[in-house]
Amino acid sequence: MDADTGLPSQSQNGQYLLLRHRDTPSIGELEVYRRLGGFEAWQKVITSMQPGQVTDVVKTSGLRGRGGAGFPTGMKWAFIDNKNWPHYVVANADESEPGTFKDREIMEGNPFQFLEGVAICAYAIQANAAYVYLRGEFWQLAAWLDRKIAEMEAAGLLGEKLFGTDYSLHIYTHLGAGAYICGEETAMLESIEGKLGQPRLRPPFPPSYGLFGKPTVVNNVETLTNVPLIIEHGAEWYRSLGTEKSAGVKIFSLSGCVERPGNYELPLGTTFRELIFTHGGGITGDRQVKAIMAAGASSALIVANEEALDTPMDYESVPRVGAQLGSASVIVIDDSVSIPWLINKTMHFFKHESCGKCTPCREGTFWMMHLTERIVEGSATLEDVELLQDVANQVKGKCLCALGDFSTEAVLTGIERFRPDFELAVAGSAVAN
Amino acid sequence: MFAEKYSDEIQAILSKYPPEQRRAAVMPLIYLAQREQMYVTKQAMVEIAEILGISSTDVASIVGFYTLYYDKVGSTYRVQVCTDLPCALRGAEQFLEGLCNNLGIRVGETTPDGAVMVEAVMCLAACDKAPMFQVQSGDGLSYHENQTVESAASLVAELRRKAQSKRRDGHGR
Ligand SMILES: Cc1cc2nc3c(=O)[nH]c(=O)nc-3n(C[C@H](O)[C@H](O)[C@H](O)COP(=O)(O)O)c2cc1C
Ligand code: SF4
Ligand code: FES
Repeated sequence: MDADTGLPSQSQNGQYLLLRHRDTPSIGELEVYRRLGGFEAWQKVITSMQPGQVTDVVKTSGLRGRGGAGFPTGMKWAFIDNKNWPHYVVANADESEPGTFKDREIMEGNPFQFLEGVAICAYAIQANAAYVYLRGEFWQLAAWLDRKIAEMEAAGLLGEKLFGTDYSLHIYTHLGAGAYICGEETAMLESIEGKLGQPRLRPPFPPSYGLFGKPTVVNNVETLTNVPLIIEHGAEWYRSLGTEKSAGVKIFSLSGCVERPGNYELPLGTTFRELIFTHGGGITGDRQVKAIMAAGASSALIVANEEALDTPMDYESVPRVGAQLGSASVIVIDDSVSIPWLINKTMHFFKHESCGKCTPCREGTFWMMHLTERIVEGSATLEDVELLQDVANQVKGKCLCALGDFSTEAVLTGIERFRPDFELAVAGSAVAN
Repeated sequence: MFAEKYSDEIQAILSKYPPEQRRAAVMPLIYLAQREQMYVTKQAMVEIAEILGISSTDVASIVGFYTLYYDKVGSTYRVQVCTDLPCALRGAEQFLEGLCNNLGIRVGETTPDGAVMVEAVMCLAACDKAPMFQVQSGDGLSYHENQTVESAASLVAELRRKAQSKRRDGHGR
């Protein structure tokens, strides 16, 4: 049962698989984690499996990246270039998308399962070093992980010649310093290398040209935290959770105008309605849900009608209502919220976070922020709304990395799907003039 | 100065990266240089550059790129309130305004004793616990969640006392 709600919200037979500290609060202690079977998967892969077999199991499990793009994890590991050495693993703990707060809870509450996932990934691609890149604000969390890593070293779970084999592995933390763009995997690699955190031109992709120019797998924290379970219980078991094309469990970060915001670990394919109303306790106050953003500030705005509420949250279904699941950071917006105000908020974010490397994104986010500002202030006309739409269309698809496109999602879908809100804002200015 | 004073810690940082990739240590070294005064001096940038075999302009551009690094003297503490979308939907903007009114300063300003600056920042990955803020000082960052204006104001008062005793102990601002 869920401690907060008393509801059976866990992913598997009432047991958490990722947020296991909610069942066992002391699971962040090494002996407790080990007593519950922790690091058996780690020992098993090193002592009894070939690296390629590990990758195959993850491939068969159907696990897809939880950082946003949903790329099949095992396939990514299989892309690693075995003609170029050494290899690296980078765990993406940048977690800076507005509305996303799941990786932080995993690392705080269940750090060893995450670190075990990092280790298994490293073994699968035969990397001897892995870096955990945390956003700079996770300063205390980095110190906590450093202690957990030291405990693993002291217990012979990390270091040289592990379990009597020739395989060695070290895990290091690396702190960012306040830049959303460093969550983009190639900007992250540049940042670790001590350069400006700006994305690289791709291809080549990290599995052939990654950290220090060497083959690298970059995976999200939540993605990696699934891996020990898959090794322990098998690919078939994992596939049996979730939907056919979206296997497994997912942590949904629920925020905004709901009674009980928080992280909810549920099977992929759970509906928006169940998340928001059953688990999240419904909309705060006397309000109705008006819109939903499923992937944080980078989302298209979903019109929250009955059809949308009944849509399963998985990688295939969310596009049917004109959006993406992304990192599953579900922001709930009630009917008191003005969409132009909301879009202006997102534009502040993207303008602040554009790394400035390409012109359409740098200039476009600047203009979109100012235009939305004018609309919110009530000094705009309908032509300004058209102009805003034009600018967004000029940014979309013309940028080096996905941030540029992200910045246009709420703008374009907001104007298209919530036009009356814009007309109202503009009419307000007609009255004021 | 910097290099001598922190030589052990600098060695520990360098050992995390491949020897031929020393430059990768630049971010942790900047944090180290910022520890006492919450800004990186020109002198420290030169020393970091020397340790890593890069130019001090390179170091300065890294300091300039990231928001948690500073190249000027500022307040002892920075109270950084998240007013990004999810927090704003839960009253973070009113919270920030209330806090600033309580302290008699505007957003972006510092208390008259130079101890605490209050500013608005982007999402801090605590959206379910709004209103929330982080406190940054040279030696770390801490999160404060589910806040009220009263709880925040009393924390700021405590920070101001701490800043005063820090200054008395000669740690500068
Ligand atoms: C602007 C931008 C920000 C991103 N931020 C994050 C992030 O904070 N965390 C994350 O895991 N992935 C983030 N990503 C996605 C990563 O580039 C990458 O796809 C992911 O880390 C791959 O891991 P996965 O396959 O396990 O999801 C971001 C992408 C972009 C374009
Ligand atoms: S799209 Fe924006 S964030 Fe991405 S590289 Fe270009 S300027 Fe930087
Ligand atoms: S929006 Fe404030 S912590 Fe995420």
